[in-house]
Amino acid sequence: MDLRLGSVAASPAEREAVASVLGPAVSRWEGGTRADETEGHVARGGHEARARRHLLLPVLRAVQERVGWISEPALDHICERLTVAPSDVYGVATFYGLLTVEPRAPRVIHVCEDIACKCAGADELIARLEERLGPENADDSHEVTWLRSPCLGQCDRAPAALVTTAGDEPSEHVLGPVPSADAAIAQAADGGRPADPRTTVPQEGAPDLRLLHRVGRVSPHSLDDYRSQGGYAALRRALELGPEGVIREVKDSGLVGRGGAAFPTGVKWEAVARQPRRPHYLVCNADESEPGTFKDRVLMEGDPFAVIEAMTIAGYATACEHGYIYLRGEYPQAFEILTSAIDEARSRGMLGADVLGHGFSFDIEIRRGAGAYICGEETAIFNSIEGYRGEPRSKPPFPVSEGLFGLPTVVNNVETLVNVLEIVLFGGRAFANVGEGVSTGTRLFCLSGCVESPGVYEVPYGTRLGELIELAGGVAGGRDLQAVLLGGAAGSFVGPGDLDLELTIEAAREVGTTLGSGVVMLFDDRVDMRAMLTRIAAFFRDESCGQCVPCRVGTVRQEEALARLMSGQTRGSVEDELSLLGEIGACMTDASICGLGQTAYSAVRSAVALGVFDD
Amino acid sequence: VFGAGGGTSSYREIEQTDLVVLWGSNARETHPIFFHHLLKGVHNGARMISVDPRRTTSAQWADLWLGLDVGSDIALANAMARVIIHAGLHNKAFIEHATTGFDEYAACVEPYTLEEGERLTGVPADSIRDAALAYARADRAILCWTLGITEHHNAVDNVLALINLGLLCGHVGRWGSGLNPLRGQNNVQGGGDMGAIPNKLPGFQDIEKDSEARARFEAAWGTPVDPHYGWHLSEMFEGMERGDLRTLYVIGENPAQSEADTGRARALLEGLDFLVVQDILFTQTAAMADVVLPTTASWCESEGTVTNSERRVQRVRKALDPPGDARDDMWILAELARRLGFDWGQPTAEEAWDELRSLSPMHAGMSYQRLEQMGGIQWPCFDETHPGSPFLHERLWADPLVGPPAPFSVVEHDPPVDELDSSFPIRLTTGRRLESYNTGAQSGLYNSPLHRGETIDLSPEDVHKLGLSEGEMVRVSSRRGSVEAPVHVDSNLRPGLAFMTFHFPEQVETNKLTIDATDPKSGTAEFKASAIRVEKIPRREPSDAAALMSKGA
Repeated sequence: MDLRLGSVAASPAEREAVASVLGPAVSRWEGGTRADETEGHVARGGHEARARRHLLLPVLRAVQERVGWISEPALDHICERLTVAPSDVYGVATFYGLLTVEPRAPRVIHVCEDIACKCAGADELIARLEERLGPENADDSHEVTWLRSPCLGQCDRAPAALVTTAGDEPSEHVLGPVPSADAAIAQAADGGRPADPRTTVPQEGAPDLRLLHRVGRVSPHSLDDYRSQGGYAALRRALELGPEGVIREVKDSGLVGRGGAAFPTGVKWEAVARQPRRPHYLVCNADESEPGTFKDRVLMEGDPFAVIEAMTIAGYATACEHGYIYLRGEYPQAFEILTSAIDEARSRGMLGADVLGHGFSFDIEIRRGAGAYICGEETAIFNSIEGYRGEPRSKPPFPVSEGLFGLPTVVNNVETLVNVLEIVLFGGRAFANVGEGVSTGTRLFCLSGCVESPGVYEVPYGTRLGELIELAGGVAGGRDLQAVLLGGAAGSFVGPGDLDLELTIEAAREVGTTLGSGVVMLFDDRVDMRAMLTRIAAFFRDESCGQCVPCRVGTVRQEEALARLMSGQTRGSVEDELSLLGEIGACMTDASICGLGQTAYSAVRSAVALGVFDD
Repeated sequence: VFGAGGGTSSYREIEQTDLVVLWGSNARETHPIFFHHLLKGVHNGARMISVDPRRTTSAQWADLWLGLDVGSDIALANAMARVIIHAGLHNKAFIEHATTGFDEYAACVEPYTLEEGERLTGVPADSIRDAALAYARADRAILCWTLGITEHHNAVDNVLALINLGLLCGHVGRWGSGLNPLRGQNNVQGGGDMGAIPNKLPGFQDIEKDSEARARFEAAWGTPVDPHYGWHLSEMFEGMERGDLRTLYVIGENPAQSEADTGRARALLEGLDFLVVQDILFTQTAAMADVVLPTTASWCESEGTVTNSERRVQRVRKALDPPGDARDDMWILAELARRLGFDWGQPTAEEAWDELRSLSPMHAGMSYQRLEQMGGIQWPCFDETHPGSPFLHERLWADPLVGPPAPFSVVEHDPPVDELDSSFPIRLTTGRRLESYNTGAQSGLYNSPLHRGETIDLSPEDVHKLGLSEGEMVRVSSRRGSVEAPVHVDSNLRPGLAFMTFHFPEQVETNKLTIDATDPKSGTAEFKASAIRVEKIPRREPSDAAALMSKGA
């Protein structure tokens, strides 16, 4: 590997940050101190050095957290340490929204400007911040700055913000709801760490909760608390059933993925379990980035051991010894809680070389994203973990045969995994008794926007949309409902006339919508729906990874057409623009590599159908 | 050892091998196309060992780099052989079946203990052992070398030392195992194949020893073939020195700048009675010529074939008419013959090729039609049903053995001629860079952001010790001459090791420093090992410095 590097050395802080992930550099050949007596005559590296490529994102994050931005000398030093070409490292560093290769103030208020927070006054908050702090993204001559951010997954606390502080003791915390710009600045400037908001669910204590029954009722830091509430009974039962028995129960349950794609979980597990190639990997997809979605965050923050136990069962059933939790970068509280829970589980023999003394080995590593919606796509996760740009891969090959590091891989969403506990404990058939068809069990819905009591709600499949909204107290302030966004930015809008919709996968599909990741976002009669659409279009344009043309170009053209419609300066008639949008949308839907491009037109199409552009 | 001079393996094999040893080769820069194939192998999981005094850009890809002292290759190879033999990892069945001289060889390497190996090469003993064991244990291993092996006063012995390793482990004659000298240009292999070497007729048929082949050529050409070896390049210069060689016809070479000790080379060229240069560029040699024959660029202005490092003969097609009065090489040669009284007509490239096929058995099956259909054919290809030969010497594994066994060679460490001492304490080794080619006759004509001109590359330690700084002009002197060049700090060099190219002779005549100690067997000069000293240039008046710069040193 010929690395053409600059001649400026990385600063001590940058080198320390890198070493905090990679360990100290052992020779000058990987950027350490030169000991020419021996090193002049021998060097080792090659495959061994390149095999650490998967640590690239953690290293970049470490520098970002320590210094606040990633300088060219720091990038060069990372290249030396990992034997990765500078262009490659630059490509990765510039892929993620939370990383920057330009100087930036050490303290940053990331203000969510996405749809739920927009409904809650994010634009006003942003305007005030700009007045107080000047334009966004100020350089490192400033102490604090602010940035617009896509959905932070705090829609139940809108308007929300994430404050990151780089330095010797970096910190991150969530603000929400943010009462005012002044309050945000005051809290950001507070050197100490303000307590994160407590994670709760509105249904707390309700008797029929299966997934949420521990959230808010157990300490997320206490394994004993978890066990006193039924924790680790499922793993014991799984060990009795054996791997094949567990897979049988999961197949019997009819459980399908809760991340949006609704693929049968048991089928996926069986396919991986049967793969002769080893090792197998398990990836828990916790890159919850679909605007309006925060259910996985609530599960991880409120019941982390459930996630760990479910992953352990999945690893046992599919012969994975190594599990990754790919956690979105904007969830500091979930990261802290999961880290502490994994340590606790490991120290108590619930993870490690000999789980529960039953001779099977399973451990979990958390990998944090760094601000990229696309990394929630199941193959983009692999690239991200492996240290490449988080671009989706073409399928086939499918993850079950060639996934992470090219090996058979199970990828499951957090909520999907937590369902497994119930299935193993009480049997797949009992689970399938709730709901019908492919929609079995209960489902978490994220209610946000103009709703009286925003939060995560658990209801059985088949509940009607209107009932769910009633459960959350109806439209905030008793106003009239204008539209409901189902499934997030990649989902679609339904109108007030659709409240009878049964919330099942089949029924949603029948009316041309989707439950997706469980987003139910309400818009009352005051909301400017065209502005919401513009935001959704901007979101997709920004989050498109740029790998394939239909999506890279299509998302830009879609945003432009919407901007023309907003301004009234259409090319030709409104109908012409709508028909152009339709063509762009069809192209993206048909020809994009992954779900991002395939669904980028979905919300726009449904809004047009609802008559948003009718005068 | 094997008869014909060519790499034994295909590019495909290097993509499917288990271990690549790159010995005395910075293929990443000097054989970039080959290196792409090598990298495919690496990406497929092959391990790579690099043996090179410098930690080159190729070595930076390696799992293990052995930074031996310049000119200690035989000591390293023999020490590795001893490790392999003592570990019992030599391929006894292959040695028994297909080689001769093993006992003498084993006795010869016996004194090269790991300690002795470390002393002679500078490479830590455990790393020598690791490399030896990796080579011996690999199921498939390909050993490649280039000028780092051959530009020494004992070039042939160096090559033999590497071939010994291949024979010792049976890493030759099998798919994925081979011994490969990499060729520097798209058609260096073709030059040898076509008989542009002093001791062989086309197809590697020996001029002195193979009277049958000679008779075939005589019959076809209707003229006797002198049954004696000709002179190689260094012998030609010796001939000039003695006054025996008075006329020189140079085709596509630039000896005025590419020879070691250019001061001497240029004086000898100037002393010739008559010098003809045939080239596509007006080189420094052409500038000295009595007659210059402008010719065509072989890759785009003429028809023919080239042969690459994997012995694949490929068609080259004419795409452009040559500029001005430039003429095709074949036309020039035929016209020259006509004016000398022999009418060869104006044969086409294909006609010339078909004549070759009738005389060189290894090319017999390669009609133009087949070359096009098959995307080139690897020699030998004996008839039009023969598929060509992806790799050579499979015969060594045939039972019973076909042809003569391959002999081990007894070779001993012999350090570079130009010894280091207190007056010349730094070892200068020369080489090439990716973006430039040889004397720059071809690559110096265009601008490239990668061209950075000539520099004397020194280790940070030496630069510090000598009180120099990046870009500073210094005087570089060897026992033969002295040049001035700017300093470049290269942390891939160790103290006591310096590097220069000869890409920019107008700026710095590097070969004024090099030694023309040549290998008697191959005629190659020891470009890779000179003893030099680097001195600070005392501060001059600005006018002096300007004068110096304009002279280009």
